[in-house]
Amino acid sequence: MHAIEKILAKAAGKEKVHTGEIVNAKVDFAEVNDLYLQTIYSFYEMGGKEVWDKDKLCFVFDHYAPAPTIRSAQNHKEMRQFARQQGLTNHFDINAGVCHQVMPEAGHVWPGMILVATDSHTTTHGAFGAFGTGVGATDMATIMISGELWFRVPEIIKIEINGSLKPGVMAKDVILHILGQLGADVAVYKAIEFCGSYVEELDVAERMVICNMAVEMGAKTAYMVPNHKVLQYVRSRTNHAFTVPETDEDFQYAASYLFEVDELLPQVALPHSVENVVPINGVEQVRVDQAFIGACTGGRVEDIEAAVNILRGKKIDPNTRLVIIPASSEVFLTADKRGYIKELVEAGATFSTPGCGPCLGAHQGVLAPGEVCVTASNRNFPGRMGSTEAEVYLVSPATVAASALKGMLSDPRGEQEGLY
Amino acid sequence: MKKVITGRAFLYGDNIDTDQIYPGRYLELVKPEEVAAHCLEGADPSFAKKMNAGDVVVAGRNFGCGSSREHAVITLVHAGVGVLIAESFARIFYRNAINLGLPLIVCPGITDRVKEGNILEVDLHGGLVKNLTTSEEIQGEKLSDYVLKILQNGGIKPLFKKLTADI
Repeated sequence: MHAIEKILAKAAGKEKVHTGEIVNAKVDFAEVNDLYLQTIYSFYEMGGKEVWDKDKLCFVFDHYAPAPTIRSAQNHKEMRQFARQQGLTNHFDINAGVCHQVMPEAGHVWPGMILVATDSHTTTHGAFGAFGTGVGATDMATIMISGELWFRVPEIIKIEINGSLKPGVMAKDVILHILGQLGADVAVYKAIEFCGSYVEELDVAERMVICNMAVEMGAKTAYMVPNHKVLQYVRSRTNHAFTVPETDEDFQYAASYLFEVDELLPQVALPHSVENVVPINGVEQVRVDQAFIGACTGGRVEDIEAAVNILRGKKIDPNTRLVIIPASSEVFLTADKRGYIKELVEAGATFSTPGCGPCLGAHQGVLAPGEVCVTASNRNFPGRMGSTEAEVYLVSPATVAASALKGMLSDPRGEQEGLY
Repeated sequence: MKKVITGRAFLYGDNIDTDQIYPGRYLELVKPEEVAAHCLEGADPSFAKKMNAGDVVVAGRNFGCGSSREHAVITLVHAGVGVLIAESFARIFYRNAINLGLPLIVCPGITDRVKEGNILEVDLHGGLVKNLTTSEEIQGEKLSDYVLKILQNGGIKPLFKKLTADI
């Protein structure tokens, strides 16, 4: 069996599971974000009275934090009331950050667990060797009642990534390249294991970027064998006991793909599809109205640092806005302690408080018709970040910063301090 | 659950994501008629006005990809869409639809054999799609027994109500 199958089997109380089988598995931790007041309504509608375990369920207010409208303020209010009434041990209000950053920071993610959240980017937690998957409101309400969810045991595909990146190229470029090559539906209803020499050496943040965007290929979940950096991170955050499940040597993958990244250039997903990917030297000149660094894909300290390395002591183009939103309060504080916030504000950046920001078009920098945005976030669908007539280009945080500097979509290589 | 559904086809392409089915800026709406008014607005702003209850949405690969938002299903349900047929569906969307009792059929090849406005008759149990306009039959994938059981109960909510009533 694969490690993913072993996780499902253990949670379903079974010795073995096979591809295509439907199992009821116990969920180790469940998280609901603030788009999902509906989960509470559905919970009561289905006869729920008390949540199955008040230590294993939490709310994270990130998509609408702080509330931009009266309606979203009301949603927060009702969710807070529910959390208090149910006595939930953990609650992350508008001062916390994006759920996928907040969960591991708070020690709720560890290898071998099942983490379910009302957000498609829950695949992020494959970075920690966890089975993370996104669900809608009704599925979540059934978990809140029973602590279990039905899963179809997925086919598992292997994506092996070897080599090391050139300066100015980031993990985001790697996953964009893979998406462009394999397409937005290569992994529908399947799981993806990322492996190879590149993955083995990766830091926690970069692993999270790659697993985060696995869902853009349709994946149910993503998986990476935890390396020593991950184990060190997890042990510093939680006392929860865990064992790392190992894939059997004779396991047969449904498909295997191989990528070499030594010569990879910065990548761009053109509007309006995540699979519409070309290397940066293949893009015609594009004038940029807004540049965004943030969200669960591109708002970590490493991403902000990439921007600092390009913008230190310089000014962004006067006709371009640079919005930066740290993924969590912890990220915000670390960036501040290192002096990054000051340097970037002096360069002309606009900071907003931790959360999802304009990534899903709710607030904090949405786009007008005809505007162009280059972004370190994850989706460029029509209307995703505001007007359906705006155009969104997905790139790495370094490319965002270089583009803000020039006012045009720009190659970050050569802009970073100390590189040339 | 109706076993056979007949309706007019509306045709869409590949990778219709949930932001196109239900744009993020309307996520705070809850009233059914308000949610229905924005159905498929990102792909076709006139859809909600021109469709009738029971009509059929036919799409290409990976329908419902992207955000996990259940609004994408809720808007289709409230708009009165009878059944969805696609070359393939994204996973979270597929689960959400089953949970809320919205029938959907995976039917490889469907987009080549249906034109906008064709009248389709869909047999949910057999996964069979009849194009009444062209008299052509297209065999889709049958729903699994597990999924069919949820749909026959009108979604997962009625099933869970029975469960919680027994406790």
